[in-house]
Amino acid sequence: MKKTSSLLNAFSAVIKRDLLLAYRFRAELINPLAFFVMVITLFPLALGAEIALLKRIAPAIIWVAALLASLMSIENLFRADYDDGSLELMVMTPHPLSILVLAKVIGHWLVSSVPLLFIAPLMGMMLHMDTDIIGVLMLTLLLGTPVLSLIGGIAVALTLGLRKGGALLAILVLPLYVPILIFASSAIDAAMTGFPVSGHLSMMCAILFLAFTLTPLPTAAALKMSLS
Amino acid sequence: MFMRFIYKFSSPPYFYAISGKMLPWLTALFLVLLGYGLYGGLVTAPADYQQGDSFRIIYVHVPAAWMSMFIYVVMAISGGIGLVWRIKLAEIVSISSASVGASFTFLALVTGSLWGKPMWGTWWVWDARLTSELILLFLYLGVIGLYSGIEDKRTASRAVAILALVGVVNIPIIHYSVEWWNTLHQGATVTKLDKPSIHIDMLIPLLFMAGAFKVYYFIALLLRSRNELLEREQNAKWIDDLLEKVK
Repeated sequence: MKKTSSLLNAFSAVIKRDLLLAYRFRAELINPLAFFVMVITLFPLALGAEIALLKRIAPAIIWVAALLASLMSIENLFRADYDDGSLELMVMTPHPLSILVLAKVIGHWLVSSVPLLFIAPLMGMMLHMDTDIIGVLMLTLLLGTPVLSLIGGIAVALTLGLRKGGALLAILVLPLYVPILIFASSAIDAAMTGFPVSGHLSMMCAILFLAFTLTPLPTAAALKMSLS
Repeated sequence: MFMRFIYKFSSPPYFYAISGKMLPWLTALFLVLLGYGLYGGLVTAPADYQQGDSFRIIYVHVPAAWMSMFIYVVMAISGGIGLVWRIKLAEIVSISSASVGASFTFLALVTGSLWGKPMWGTWWVWDARLTSELILLFLYLGVIGLYSGIEDKRTASRAVAILALVGVVNIPIIHYSVEWWNTLHQGATVTKLDKPSIHIDMLIPLLFMAGAFKVYYFIALLLRSRNELLEREQNAKWIDDLLEKVK
């Protein structure tokens, strides 16, 4: 008889499976990335190509685009598993659902947000940002995007059973995204005016750890509710 | 003794009967508080030395803003109680609070904007308190939208409770992040514990108005809860008995 898997095994198995699925369906890997790039492209077209203006608002554009890309891709966090029933199996495993949910969210973040981190500096260059500010921008994205996925997970779990969850998801999630957007943009503002950024980054770290430990619990509760 | 009262109160037929008896008294209390508060606020309170008579909108604005936050907390706590102990009445109180709270939030925003025009010279500024109140309105709208989106109302109540609890954890974070981001609104003038920086003649009508708003919320909550209860329990026997009596 095969020995029962430990929690760590289950955790890494969930992440591995999601990464493998993403690798097999590479189009889904590209979609959030293309969306991110296109939203950013729209801004110079709408605002005009004045370099000083673009330089000033580039971090805001990139952050809002990352936020929207995360909102768009998070919708599929549990969708496929819900449709084919593997989510129910996850609920039935002896492991705490919140840990498995955390694995799902991490897998999702690796697939949908990490590619954005790689393309963000390029976008920053195209919007004429200074290189040292791009560094700060990358740091805020690195600390901020996992929080977006973690918080988004709650709302996705709540709206899972609904047929028209899309617009509702945005209403539920966007108010909760406010703090992270504020701290990220104030960190970048501080960098642009030559002030130290460590305070803002520490706040973002604090929010990240808070979200990391707390959000899986309501997400798991909401999933159980959606499946019942 | 107390627990027995709670058990009894949370049974739908008993709640329906006793809330029906409470409503006329509450309405009378509300009218008294409102009457005195309005008279005191609009007639006897002295005009502000700086803002003149336009400060009098405070008697609607501040109680509405207080209620907007208070109701969110009530909604989250009763939602949590409903989530843990599956008390039907707690779920109903939670969701019945949502639209009342959203209305108060909207009222606070509108009166604030009417007050802002003569004082700051603009209808709207992206100031910390205004922005966090606006975000509070979005949170309320999310709760209402989620509740109406889910067909089974008991499941919907649980979903709303989870969302409200998440919101309650987030509200301080949102509030302080917005606070650090930008502040133009005046600081709190009443809740400072040592000595309020508002004159006593202005303060007393304000407290009466706050009391009136609270009683109004209670009335609206009871009315909505009774309605919701009738709708959810329409097949229950106690409602048949009630209808028999009405005939």
